[in-house]
Amino acid sequence: MDNNSKVAESFKNFLIEIGELSYFTSRFFKELFNPPFELKEFLRQCYNMGNRSLLLVCVTGFIIGLVFTLQSRPTLEEFGAVSWMPSMVSISIIREIGPIITALICAGRIGSGIGAELGSMRVTEQIDAMEVSGTNPFKYLVVTRILATTMMLPILVFFGDAIAIFGSAMVENMKGNVSYLLYFNQVFDSLQFSDLIPTTFKTFFFGFAIGLVGCYKGYNCKKGTAGVGLAANSAVVYTSMLLFVIDFIAVFVTNIFYG
Amino acid sequence: MVSPMNNKPIIEIKNLRKSFGDNHVLEGFNMALYEGENLVIMGKSGSGKSVMIKCLIGLEEPDSGTITVMGKNINQLEHWELDELRTEIGFLFQGSALYDSMSVRENLEFPLRRHTKKFGIIEDTTPLVMEALENVGLEHAIDLMPSELSGGMKRRIALARTLILQPKIILYDEPTTGLDPITSKEIILLMMSIQKKYNTSSIIITHDVDCARVIANRMILLIDNINYAEGTFEKLSASEDPKIKAFFK
Repeated sequence: MDNNSKVAESFKNFLIEIGELSYFTSRFFKELFNPPFELKEFLRQCYNMGNRSLLLVCVTGFIIGLVFTLQSRPTLEEFGAVSWMPSMVSISIIREIGPIITALICAGRIGSGIGAELGSMRVTEQIDAMEVSGTNPFKYLVVTRILATTMMLPILVFFGDAIAIFGSAMVENMKGNVSYLLYFNQVFDSLQFSDLIPTTFKTFFFGFAIGLVGCYKGYNCKKGTAGVGLAANSAVVYTSMLLFVIDFIAVFVTNIFYG
Repeated sequence: MVSPMNNKPIIEIKNLRKSFGDNHVLEGFNMALYEGENLVIMGKSGSGKSVMIKCLIGLEEPDSGTITVMGKNINQLEHWELDELRTEIGFLFQGSALYDSMSVRENLEFPLRRHTKKFGIIEDTTPLVMEALENVGLEHAIDLMPSELSGGMKRRIALARTLILQPKIILYDEPTTGLDPITSKEIILLMMSIQKKYNTSSIIITHDVDCARVIANRMILLIDNINYAEGTFEKLSASEDPKIKAFFK
């Protein structure tokens, strides 16, 4: 096979993958509104994804807040703009760094987990067993997980952002003798609803992408146990790429509305 | 022994064809299962036995042919009708297929809570779960997780999960594969006792000649994508046809 054929083949496979993912997405929306609703499983997934990722998100957020402030301080000092630190940190974290870092962490933790779990259920015929047991496995496994990631990610981002700003305030308090009250006053003065609404909206899409790709890769897992690893791995890779694409689109759209 | 002549077929497959791309797995497969009968289907790996059994329960869609289960053509059933029919068909998966994230109790409760049309909404499932576990001799394992069970125990629990809906038909997909000879024998004896107790009809897909010898009322050899030979174990094992002989060496 020459290089041109290989490129054509890869492109064809890419288009097939896009088509299958689109079909998977349309099936999700179709099943989402059809009863019965798997409320218990949905709440279990929310607990698993939200509660069990919270510590990781908070620790990462705290460190980002610390490091970001420590790294920015010397430059701001040079220009005599240290007083801008709370505004700069809060806007950067709320608008961009918080959501994308939290989403990437969740893609690694939750997305790969979903891919591996559903993949292993597929190769060990647990999904078939579920269907035989009178359960729609797509609704029980896929819809609940996608919905849970979509709902949980904004909450995780909220916690991550709050802890990151607290980490920044701690550095400012220790290094610049800025009181917490003054720091947070400045944070809230500089933040506007136009910072919060688009970013919250985008985190729903991030969560949806994490759940969707993880479920798609796991649910369609093939090639035995090797396929499970591949499903988990590709869930993370594809989700990470998709997150940046969504982020770009979100920033683009936000700029149109808020200029 | 069950005589097919005196019975109505409970499952009938006519001219079943199934392909995956260029791979023609089944090319006109026919069979009938009679009430109370144990039918063993043998064939080489990749000969389409598992595909056939999955078509039978609606997990795979055949390319053509008809599959009639208890008088219903499963290809023409609505999804809810198929679900209702599935309460009468137990399926023992090759790898047991226990849900990893659920305990043994939850594994057994799962089909009970889902197939509500057959039993209604059951508040306390414990008596039914215990009865199913007693049947397979594993009452003590009720609160264990699948990861804490041995291969043989998993197979028994899977059998208990199959039995809990009190099906009329049980489909066994290689029930003794991957088990040591002693555990295999225990599983075979268990299958026989279940058949006796509940008067089920069974299709058993296996490579295990010893299993076939003990349990089969009738056998079908799936060779070259069709039902190549059919008869009792004694008849087939005495055959001079080299393709048939190869199975009994």
